[in-house]
Amino acid sequence: MIKILRQIFRTGIVTEPLHPGVDAGIRMSGRDLDETVRKRFRGSLTIRQVDAGSCNGCELEIHAINNSYYNCERFGIHFAASPRFADLLLVTGPVSRNMEIALRRTFDATPPPKMVVACGDCAIDGGVFRGGYAVMDGIANVIPVDCSIAGCPPPPDKILAALLQMTGQGKS
Amino acid sequence: MSALADALSSALGTDAEFDRSPHPSSVIRCTVPREKFAEAAGILKKAYALLAAEWAADETLLGRGFSVFACYRWGKEYLIVRSELPAEDPRFPSLTRKYLPAYRFERQIQSLMGVNPSDHPDMRPWIKLEDWPEDAFPLRKSFDGSKPLPRVDGEYQWSRAEGEGVYEIPVGPVHAGIIEPGHFRFQAVGEMVVNLEERLGYVHKGIEKRFESLSWEEGVKLAGRVSGDTTVAHAIAYCMALESMTGCSVPERAHWMRALLLERERIANHLGDIGGICNDAAFAFMLYQLSRLREVMLRTNDRLFGHRLIMDRVVPGGVGVDIDGPGKTEILSELNLIAKDFERLVQIYDDNPSLEDRVRDTGILTPRKAREICAVGIVARASGLNLDCRIFHPFPPYDRYHELELGVPVMITGDVHARTRVRIQEVRESIRITRWILDNMPGGAIASPFERPSPDTAGFAAVEGWRGEIIYWTQAGLQGEINRCMVRDPSSLNWIGLEQAIPGNIVPDFPLCNKSFNQSYSGHDL
Repeated sequence: MIKILRQIFRTGIVTEPLHPGVDAGIRMSGRDLDETVRKRFRGSLTIRQVDAGSCNGCELEIHAINNSYYNCERFGIHFAASPRFADLLLVTGPVSRNMEIALRRTFDATPPPKMVVACGDCAIDGGVFRGGYAVMDGIANVIPVDCSIAGCPPPPDKILAALLQMTGQGKS
Repeated sequence: MSALADALSSALGTDAEFDRSPHPSSVIRCTVPREKFAEAAGILKKAYALLAAEWAADETLLGRGFSVFACYRWGKEYLIVRSELPAEDPRFPSLTRKYLPAYRFERQIQSLMGVNPSDHPDMRPWIKLEDWPEDAFPLRKSFDGSKPLPRVDGEYQWSRAEGEGVYEIPVGPVHAGIIEPGHFRFQAVGEMVVNLEERLGYVHKGIEKRFESLSWEEGVKLAGRVSGDTTVAHAIAYCMALESMTGCSVPERAHWMRALLLERERIANHLGDIGGICNDAAFAFMLYQLSRLREVMLRTNDRLFGHRLIMDRVVPGGVGVDIDGPGKTEILSELNLIAKDFERLVQIYDDNPSLEDRVRDTGILTPRKAREICAVGIVARASGLNLDCRIFHPFPPYDRYHELELGVPVMITGDVHARTRVRIQEVRESIRITRWILDNMPGGAIASPFERPSPDTAGFAAVEGWRGEIIYWTQAGLQGEINRCMVRDPSSLNWIGLEQAIPGNIVPDFPLCNKSFNQSYSGHDL
């Protein structure tokens, strides 16, 4: 036990203030979010992440926003195991044909008001997989998307900045 | 000659026709009549070979029918047995009764290529879900890959268990965490799992077909996205397969740079995995500590190589990034920091009885089963199989055995603890050889011009990624374009290992076992 405590004190707090220079580079879609909805989610945002055919690169970076450097929990952002508890679906991948139905069902299972974020280049338009027989070329072709984060994969500071900007917490 | 080739030629005589062309030099190639395809497998099994991969290729554009291939490995030798099949009757004798992993390879061949293994015990489609048209075979040349498929009605026949108190738990494809999708179906009595059946294929993106519409140069970008966590190893394997087609000589320094990136990828992923395993045993402290170390590595990658996961930095003919003096110093000081903290954390892992209670004797894959399923990589090494391409199939600098003295950890208990322990040992070893690589790296160019392969040639490469051996087999068409690019991620073999390790465990231990295997869904589904 003493070793664990020592290691914790030795490490100290590594969490960084969110770099002001980070441009979230997000694209808001035409779907306008009600200002009250945004306000309600501010400081408490529950995310259900759905992999709809990604290569696992985006998942690694989404995991990283949980680590001590980015510490998304300090902004009240946390990940839920079920879509029924979620305010926001964070979707990655070009939507493989085999995930299309599962993605629609997850969307339907999420209680309104809800937001959808397409994370990564292939979530936006299919990326390197675009045009194949087994992909739907982007999340927006399957469920309505509120905002998208470009990058292959987008780095964690960008993902975090985008989530904050969505709920009006970030520096816009 | 090699032991495998000798065994084959002495048993089959002139029926085994060896391909004497110089490339690819890393693998022995042999053609047998299709009636002898399964017989050859039996002969090779008696010579202790393990099955590494099985696949089919549509060669109609090359003026032939289909071909079916099986790749075997024994020690340092790789051998590919090929049989030609006529286009109008593409059947071949199944290997499943001789080699267990052929079970999934052949289901996949049937589902995606429409080449039929006769005498296969279970012909349910694989990767192709029940709502695909039955006659859609995307890997065939006659299939138009640019338009989406219609959905049809269908039903998947799950294996069932019946009896008093037996119940079923379906899980997925959307899991309760930030992970990839797949479906698991447990039959359990009380808390104990009686049977686990996996169904994968949810992230199938048609990668192998996609390769065929790309140029060789564009292909490496796709190869780097077969499995995003293994991007370096997949890119290296793709490039090496391509280079083996022409005998293109890659500069020494480029090889060393590749090895450097490969080891960095291994360390970063192992750090994340060890943390993840501890977290699934409710010891979150380790996850946060090790994710911190992982983050330090990814940031160094970003500064030195311009990408956190080092995507798109390996190119045909060499690499696209170099390292200078200050870069070397930065990596060395970063490794010192990581090594010091890592050792403290390993000490905490070892000292913690509540953790040990969860990881020991949980999710055992016995050495016998590991051999039967032809496991590779960390899973194999935790179950007594001494396999590592860096030793048995090396590219420079790994071929300098005596200077490098690469230690490959092998455990025989095959439980979650063994798989963690193998990773711990590999992190230490990779840190050591990264230092050695940086100190001894030769100078010179980092890439040589890439040559286009000549028509109707093939290439082969096997590379040890952090999960295990990755195999690429490439084939050029009549214009020297990509006719087929076969990808075999270690997950294709090791997923069967998970299915074998779970029965007898309690349901709540499944996430822990799954994390200790940590196989790729994307690399398997393609």
